[in-house]
Amino acid sequence: MSILIDKNTRVITQGITGKTGQFHTHACAAYADGKSCFVAGVTPGKGGQAFEDIPIFNSVVEAKAATGATASVIYVPPPFAAAAIDEAVEAGLELVICITEGIPVRDMIRTRYKMQGKPTRLIGPNCPGVITPDEIKIGIMPGHIHARGPVGVVSRSGTLTYEAVGQLMEQGLGQSSCVGIGGDPVNGLKHLDVMKLFNDDPQTEVVVMVGEIGGSDEEDCARWIKDHMKKPVVGFIAGVTAPPGKRMGHAGAIISGGKGTAADKLAVMEASGITITRNPAEIGKLARAALKG
Amino acid sequence: MKIHEYQAKEIVRKYGVATPRGIACFSVDEAVAAAKKLGGSVWVIKAQIHAGGRGKGGGVKLARSLDEVRQYASAILGMRLVTHQTGPAGQLVKRLLIEEGAAIAKELYVALVVDRASQRAVLMASSEGGMDIEEVAAKTPEKIHKIQIDPMSGLALAEAKDVAYKIGVPAAAAAGCAQLLQALYRAFDETDASLAEINPLILTADNQVLALDAKINFDDNALFRHPDIAAMRDLDEEDPAEIEASKFGLSYISLDGNIGCLVNGAGLAMATMDIIKLYGGAPANFLDVGGGATTDKVTEAFKLMLKNPNVQAILVNIFGGIMKCDVIAQGVVEAARQVKLAVPLVVRLEGTNVDLGKRILAESGLPIISAGNMADAAQKAVNAVSGAHR
Repeated sequence: MSILIDKNTRVITQGITGKTGQFHTHACAAYADGKSCFVAGVTPGKGGQAFEDIPIFNSVVEAKAATGATASVIYVPPPFAAAAIDEAVEAGLELVICITEGIPVRDMIRTRYKMQGKPTRLIGPNCPGVITPDEIKIGIMPGHIHARGPVGVVSRSGTLTYEAVGQLMEQGLGQSSCVGIGGDPVNGLKHLDVMKLFNDDPQTEVVVMVGEIGGSDEEDCARWIKDHMKKPVVGFIAGVTAPPGKRMGHAGAIISGGKGTAADKLAVMEASGITITRNPAEIGKLARAALKG
Repeated sequence: MKIHEYQAKEIVRKYGVATPRGIACFSVDEAVAAAKKLGGSVWVIKAQIHAGGRGKGGGVKLARSLDEVRQYASAILGMRLVTHQTGPAGQLVKRLLIEEGAAIAKELYVALVVDRASQRAVLMASSEGGMDIEEVAAKTPEKIHKIQIDPMSGLALAEAKDVAYKIGVPAAAAAGCAQLLQALYRAFDETDASLAEINPLILTADNQVLALDAKINFDDNALFRHPDIAAMRDLDEEDPAEIEASKFGLSYISLDGNIGCLVNGAGLAMATMDIIKLYGGAPANFLDVGGGATTDKVTEAFKLMLKNPNVQAILVNIFGGIMKCDVIAQGVVEAARQVKLAVPLVVRLEGTNVDLGKRILAESGLPIISAGNMADAAQKAVNAVSGAHR
C-alpha cells in the first residue's frame, strides 16, 4: 500500500452515466486491478441500471450499503458537483476525489464548512485524481505513463504532473503514488497533507512537489518540511513568468497583492531544504540526484 | 468577471447600501444633462474603467459648475487613463459616472474577499480609507481589521457593529454602518462575488455612511447562475484576442514576447512560458487548449497567435493523456496548412500514441521542427527566433 488508495480500495463513481463519467470509469476499470475496485455508480434516477457490469444506484448511501465502498470519484457537472461531495461526506465515505472543474467558490466554501469535524478526506475539485501505479488509478491521468517505484508526486496541475512523471520514467524512477490536488482556491487536501502521508509511507523515498502561483500552500508545506520531513523533496513552481493580476487557467492561479508569486514560493522552499529548480525539464534529474544522495 | 463602478453601485443599492446619487453617461452632453438632473452645485466626474487607481491617474475630477462638468467630461471621456493597475498602455475611457458631491468627514475602507487559507469569506476594514490604502496595507497592516464570516449564518449585527467601532465610526453612525456591512456581505454572497470593495466608505458630517466607490469582481465559475450579471460584461475592457479565444473554448492571455505557445493544461502552459524565458526567449501568449483539442480548436489557436504581429515562432507542447498525440499531430498539420504558416513551428509531443504523432508530423512535408523534451523544444524555439531574418 502506498498512500490513500490501493488495489483493495472500493470506489463509487458519482456521475457515472455522463459522457465523462463513462469514459473514465471504463479506463479506470481497465487499469491494473481496477476491475475489482470500481464497484458502483451513482446517478439519481438511474438506479437499477448498469454501466459495463457496474451496478448503478440512486444515491451514495445505497451504493455504499450494497458494496461496502469507502471511496468515491465525482464527474458531476459544476452546478451540482458540490452537492455530490456533500452527499458522499454525509454517507460517511473515507475518501472523495472530485474531478470536476468550474465549481463556484461559494459552493466549495459551504461544502468545506460542512466537512469540518468529519473524517472524510477530499481531494480536489478540479484535479486529475490519484494513482498508485500498477494497482489502481482513480481519475483521468493516463495510466500507461506510470510505473511503480520510490517517488511520491504531489501537484496542483494535470499535464504538468504527467510531464514530471514522464521525466521520472526517463530516469528509471517509478512512482509510489501520484496525487493531483487540483487548481482550485478552496479545496481539500493541500500539499502539506499529502507530504505528511508520504513522510510516513515506507514505499516513498523521495517526493516531487509541483506547485504554481497563487495562495500559500507551498510555503505552508515547506515550513513543515523543514522541521519534520525525513526524506528529500524536489520542487518546481510554475508561473515565474506569469504577469500579476491575470488568471492563468486555474481559478487558483492568480497572483494578488504581491503574495503568491512563484519567486516567493521558491525562496521559502529553498530555505526549507527543498531542492528547487526554475527549469521544468530538470525535475526528473533532480529526483534521481536526491535519491542517490 | 469585472464590472464598472456604476454597475457595482446599482447592485449594492439593491441590497440597501447607500451611495451618492449618480448617472452613467456615454457622451459629454449626457454628462451635462446628468449634472442638471442631479441638481446641487458640486459634482464628481468619474472615469469608468475596470481598473483601480483612477483618482491618482487623473480620472476623477470635482466640478463646481456645469461648465466645469463639460470641461472635465470632455477631458476624461476618450482619454487613455493610465493607472498603476492598468499597465502602461492604460485603458480608453468610454463611460463616465456623474455623481452628486458628498461632504466627506472621514474616509474608511471595507472589502470582502475569499480567503484561501481559512476557506471563508473575509471582511477587511480600516479607518484609513482612500487612495493610499495599498500603502496602509504594506506599511501599517495592523490598521486593517479582518474577520472571517460564517458561510451558513453570514455577518451578524454584533460582529458588524464591532467592526464599525474598530474603524472609528462614532456611536451615532455605528448602527447604520453595521447594517451597511451586512448588506454588503449579502450582496457579495448572493451574487457569487470574489471581491467587493468600497474605498472610500465615507462618514458624512451628519453621520451618514455612504459608499463613494464600489468595485465588485465575480467568480467566473458562477456566472452560469447569474445571467443578469453576465450581461454586464464590457467587451471594450477586455483584450480582443482573449475575447476571441474564449469563443472557441481556448484559455488565452496576451503577453509581450515573440514566441507563440500552444499547450494543453494551465500548469504545463505556465511551465512552458517559464522555460522559454529561462532560455532567453519571450513568450507571446499563454494558451491552454484544454483537454479536447480538435483540429478546429488547434486551427483557431494558430490563427489567434498569428494575428499577433510580434509572433516570430510557434511552440506546441502537448502531453497527451486522454488526448492522443496522433490526433493533435493531425490537427497541427491541418492548421498549419489552413493558415499557410510562415513562421518556424516547433512541436513537442509526449504521451499517448506519441510515435504515431511524430510520424504524422514527419510525413506531412511541412517544415515542422520536432523536439524531444521540453528543454529541446524551448531551445529550438528560441533558436528559431534568433535565426529568423526580419
